[in-house]
Amino acid sequence: MPEHEPVAPTTARDTPGSPLLRVRGVAKSFHGHRVLHGVDIDLRAGQVLGLVGENGAGKSTLMKILAGVHAPDEGSVEIDGSPVSFSHPVQAQHAGLSTVFQEFNLLPERTIAENIWLGREPRRRGLVDTARMARDTDALLADLGVTNVSARQRVRSLSVAEQQIVEIAKAVSFDARVIQMDEPTAALADHEVELLYGIIERLTSRGVAIVYVSHRLKEIFDLCDTITVLKDGAQVTTMPAAELDQAELVRLMVGRSISSFFPDKLPGTELGAARLELTGAGNGYVDRVDLTVRGGEIVGIAGLQGSGRTELLEAVFGVRPFSRGEMRVDGETRRTRSPRQAIRGGVAMVTEDRKATGLSLNQTILDNALGVVRSVFPGRTGEARRRVPGLLSSLEISARALDQEVQFLSGGNQQKVVLARWLATDPGVVLMDEPTRGIDVGAKHSIYELMRELASQGVAVLMVSSELPEVIGMSDRIVVMRDGRVAGELPAGATEERVLGLATGVTGVTPAPDAGHAPGRHTQEVAS
Amino acid sequence: MTSPSTSARLTGLSSTAIVYSVLALVIVVGGVLTALEGRNLFSAGSIQAILTTASVLGLIAIGQTLVILAGSLDLSVPFVVSLSSVLAASTMAGETGNIVPGVLIALVVAAAMGLVTGLVVALLHVHGFVASLGMGLVISGYLATNYAGSTGSAPRAFRLLGATYIGPVPLSTLVMLGIAVLATVMLLRTRTGLHLYAVGGNREVARLSGIRTAVPVVTAHVLCSMLAGVAGLLLLARLGVGQPTIGSQGDYDLMSIAAVVLGGTLLAGGKGNVIGTLGGVAIFAVLSQVMSALEVTSFLQDVIRGLVIVLAVAVYARREIERRPAPFDQLSAREALPGPDPALQETR
Repeated sequence: MPEHEPVAPTTARDTPGSPLLRVRGVAKSFHGHRVLHGVDIDLRAGQVLGLVGENGAGKSTLMKILAGVHAPDEGSVEIDGSPVSFSHPVQAQHAGLSTVFQEFNLLPERTIAENIWLGREPRRRGLVDTARMARDTDALLADLGVTNVSARQRVRSLSVAEQQIVEIAKAVSFDARVIQMDEPTAALADHEVELLYGIIERLTSRGVAIVYVSHRLKEIFDLCDTITVLKDGAQVTTMPAAELDQAELVRLMVGRSISSFFPDKLPGTELGAARLELTGAGNGYVDRVDLTVRGGEIVGIAGLQGSGRTELLEAVFGVRPFSRGEMRVDGETRRTRSPRQAIRGGVAMVTEDRKATGLSLNQTILDNALGVVRSVFPGRTGEARRRVPGLLSSLEISARALDQEVQFLSGGNQQKVVLARWLATDPGVVLMDEPTRGIDVGAKHSIYELMRELASQGVAVLMVSSELPEVIGMSDRIVVMRDGRVAGELPAGATEERVLGLATGVTGVTPAPDAGHAPGRHTQEVAS
Repeated sequence: MTSPSTSARLTGLSSTAIVYSVLALVIVVGGVLTALEGRNLFSAGSIQAILTTASVLGLIAIGQTLVILAGSLDLSVPFVVSLSSVLAASTMAGETGNIVPGVLIALVVAAAMGLVTGLVVALLHVHGFVASLGMGLVISGYLATNYAGSTGSAPRAFRLLGATYIGPVPLSTLVMLGIAVLATVMLLRTRTGLHLYAVGGNREVARLSGIRTAVPVVTAHVLCSMLAGVAGLLLLARLGVGQPTIGSQGDYDLMSIAAVVLGGTLLAGGKGNVIGTLGGVAIFAVLSQVMSALEVTSFLQDVIRGLVIVLAVAVYARREIERRPAPFDQLSAREALPGPDPALQETR
């Protein structure tokens, strides 16, 4: 943990003179919804700025504006004192501002060299100078301290960390003076993170400034000179890292109370027998998971992006089956190898991306709602057909008719159709991945009510969500995942700080009032 | 059928190595089968026939490779072949002096057809499948209304192109191989070539890298159409007259796509090369010579070709399964060593 020592006035804010990157009053709205209000940033050569905030705080929007993907509605960006404006990422790169996005922009079938120089291949006598391309690439990689990959290797053959390095090398190859990195360690193992640290150190020692976005607070404190906290699109503060500690930072990021927006448990809801039990379960993505969900219970899974939350649900649902350990559904040992087997065993899964994996967008509401029943339980189609209209109206679907195509519905109504589709199968275990992503408040509320109702009927609900208030407000128990494993379990009503602490692996974040609690200590043991 | 170790070995090989191993196998087995029938697959006449088949299909398949690498498809090639053959034949009309204008007209018209298809694909965002299908229908309609049967004639000097051999190797094969070398240089050593792979691999990545994505797509379509035009000229040199149905008789659309895919190029684009395509072309050329030597019925010939294509793609598909990083994979391999988990076995 950083010490609270007085900081000499060497930080960007206090030193006179022009910073390398100066952002003033940048604001952005999408569809009339303001997602970024007047953000100011000053970044000097060789400095690292940490950009933190919860999901939806506006970090990505700010990054995309600086990367030239979006144009700001208001405000100005200056590099080295001269104002710049970009309408295309390539312009930002040529201005010396490169971005390494979380999703790689690489062609897996092409070599490292071809990826780095794509669109600006060096030429000699009319032909592409492949020898020079390879030489420059190797020099670039060696410069970053990377020697175990060579320019002519295909990107497909590289590990995630090596692909990350290729992205960084590409950013550097534009003679970047400012490099933005979006969650660069999200998919890296510990020793690979060290490698990244080394690269960042080399870059800053050469005077490159870094904007570092991460949920992992430890990294923020390890790397950053200054930290900017965003919340709900507004800049909460910008402070020298040395003046903050992790607990304080988490408080700044969260900084709000949970409203009574979440419905209470319905009267008469009883905890039944265990409906889903995992013992030492694992596959390529999650490991040693022990988890029990009982009938009538809503269990929330929290964790950072890439912590294995979605992968755990996918394993239970047979998308990526477990290869180790044991899974039981309603007391029976199950070896689910496909979603079809899972569905037959009474498991339903509301997937994260309803447009890609939840619905057939160009089919009608009725066809979508009956889709699963028709294909997995054809014998029950008639019965489902009689039930579905009632089900849909109980979900308050505001659609003109059941034969309307779902692509014309709002996100909230689409999500209700997804739910109806699964409820028509009479599941005993319902897996929900981000059940309220991108839908309006009213629809959110009816989905929460539905979850409570399912619980009262004895269904076991296992929900993954990135929205901490949602996890905390809806769950009877909260399971926190980190790096593919269960980092700990928290009771209902745990604070956001405790959940974030477990999810990021930061100890000592537990706020003082709760510090003495036995569960807190227990979870730390589980985590280690 | 395929044990894990076999598939692992297959995964280790490059697709070009696989296609040429298959070619060697086809030659050996075909040679033995023909010998059993008392014929010789390796006689000068037989080799000439194989190479002649290969040079026409080869030219078209090289063009098709470019188009497929760019993420598009060209179904209009057979009609461009026919169009080029009748346009050149009627322009030449047997006069040696008209050879140059005949060739130029055929190639310019072919290029124009490719340009239109390419622009429709790149600017209107119509998939190449549909754009070239439409273009093919237009050309076939033109041919059907304006040409009743064979038309025009090639002068002797032009027919020599189809009748000249260097040893057993037809001149047309050398033309095809020369073009294959040029296409390979273009793919490996020009910006357009590299950008062709980029656009076919991921259009958005290419666009964000500042590439004008229309350029490689249109270039590929123009070149493909021109190569189909050259193929039409070769057929004209061999037959002596222009034939409005010569292209569709050869099934050059499906056969060229099959040869490209057999050669290891991803149908979705972004991965592949011309050398593999030539291997695919050679397999089909040898197969058809062997099958006609064995007097296999034409129905059975098609069945065998179909099986070869499907098998080849099934082999490649095993190699193309996209893997997301699986941090615990090594772990599972290590833990799998002592034998399957007892808990998992119980559930069987």
